[in-house]
Amino acid sequence: MSPVLTQLDFRAAMLRPEAPVPEGLGDGRGGPAGRRFSVYRNNVAVGLTEAVLEGFPTLRALLGDENLRGVAAPFLRAHPPSSPLMFRYGAALPGFLKGFAPLAHLGYLPDVARLDLCLRASYHAADATPLDPARLSALPPEDLGRARLRLAPPVRILRSDWPLWQIWQLAHHDGPPPQPVAQDILITRPGYDPRPYLLPAGGAGFLEALGQGQSAEMASEAALAEAPGADLAAILGLLLQSGALMSLEIPS
Amino acid sequence: MFDQSPSRLPALPGVGFKAQHYAAILQEPAPVGWLEVHAENYMGEGGRPIAMLRHLAERFPVSVHGVGLSIGGEGALDRDHLARLRHLCDWLDPASFSEHLAWSTHDSAYFNDLLPLPYTAATLTRVADHVDQVQEALGRPMLLENPSSYLSFDESEMAETDFLREVARRTGCGLLLDVNNVFVSAVNLGLDPRAYVRDFPLAQIGEIHLGGHDEDEDDAGRPLLIDSHGREVADPVWALLDHLLALSGPKPVLIEWDNDVPDWPVLAAEASRAEAALQRAPA
Repeated sequence: MSPVLTQLDFRAAMLRPEAPVPEGLGDGRGGPAGRRFSVYRNNVAVGLTEAVLEGFPTLRALLGDENLRGVAAPFLRAHPPSSPLMFRYGAALPGFLKGFAPLAHLGYLPDVARLDLCLRASYHAADATPLDPARLSALPPEDLGRARLRLAPPVRILRSDWPLWQIWQLAHHDGPPPQPVAQDILITRPGYDPRPYLLPAGGAGFLEALGQGQSAEMASEAALAEAPGADLAAILGLLLQSGALMSLEIPS
Repeated sequence: MFDQSPSRLPALPGVGFKAQHYAAILQEPAPVGWLEVHAENYMGEGGRPIAMLRHLAERFPVSVHGVGLSIGGEGALDRDHLARLRHLCDWLDPASFSEHLAWSTHDSAYFNDLLPLPYTAATLTRVADHVDQVQEALGRPMLLENPSSYLSFDESEMAETDFLREVARRTGCGLLLDVNNVFVSAVNLGLDPRAYVRDFPLAQIGEIHLGGHDEDEDDAGRPLLIDSHGREVADPVWALLDHLLALSGPKPVLIEWDNDVPDWPVLAAEASRAEAALQRAPA
């Protein structure tokens, strides 16, 4: 009786090029499978490498294709996809980059990977109609503080200790050399294309409070606690202009 | 079983939809009569992919082609993924849903490829059970596609055509015959592609696939064809399509071009070639 080759055997040999070809496979003519097995190995490795290159455009622009392939090769073996939704592949890449010795001198790369992941998540997020700024300006001042402003589903907030906004600009549009400052980013998606904005000081705290369902007044306090000089009007203006807000409710 | 047929696609050329062709398809679709999309690309919450698909579905019959269900897997089907497929099929109401005779998931690790399985009594029971589950979960019949093979399993007990025939008989599913896969497997395993087509249960065919392949060599220097979907359909595959259509009559024929995707006129020219083959087929 022929040996039964399990999918566990097959899987084990799949992501390790040095592993022997599993027993029980042939060339259809009585000979061994040999390098025919490598077709599957190659298909998987090439497909996952492409997914990393396409899924992390900012990393790609900064590192170049060859270097990013050098990251992808060990990454895809350590973290094969856990879901058939390939547009979500790579969630583990920021953590992987933190421990990736050859690029340890580029400490901002994990945050760049997070930015690319957030842009991708925003691209696939639910659609929403932005809040009409006139609705906010029509509010009586006494209602403004109580208002609950809901963020649109494509909104993402990224805190970074690095000049992440300038790095993104430089990668995609050219720009001045980044200065050593911490930059938080807001991602919104007016229409179908996600766009990153530089958040003013306190902006991330303001947005996170809104995201937790807190009132505009509580969000303002969070912003001021984080950055005593926070420009609340500038933050609110950015949210309205970028389409980050979806709806407004005044609790009774 | 199901009232509806496993495929409501027209017997016309179709193409695999790529986002870069969106505007061109709407402006100059001829000769393309329907579109196929990969299910897993439309499982986000919203955004451009879903907006495009909604719009295209108003103009064209759409076929949903899954690549991640792992119907040939040893483990149970992924219930979350079945639910996502159900959601997509519910709102889109595609003219057909198809998946592969292959596996891709094991122990929650997903491999982005279609991996092979041996053809035995045990795998036949498992695949038929999985097809039953899919059809029940989706509330519609499905098409099951023949794979391209690069190697053989010592433990296989039956021919692929007999395996597929029996899955279709047990489950009532239809079949998707990928003619390029037939050619690739036949060259790789030393089989006769025309004999495969003659042995195939032609009455169950709900859709035909065509795609390009690459040429490599095995350890013995014999040709090893790779199902790459990255170029024009090869001439012997077109000849095999003629052979098939002469036996089966006209069927929906899809051009798959997933890598190094060309401009729309190149893809439309491939669809025109499929249209000519369909016109040669006996009605």
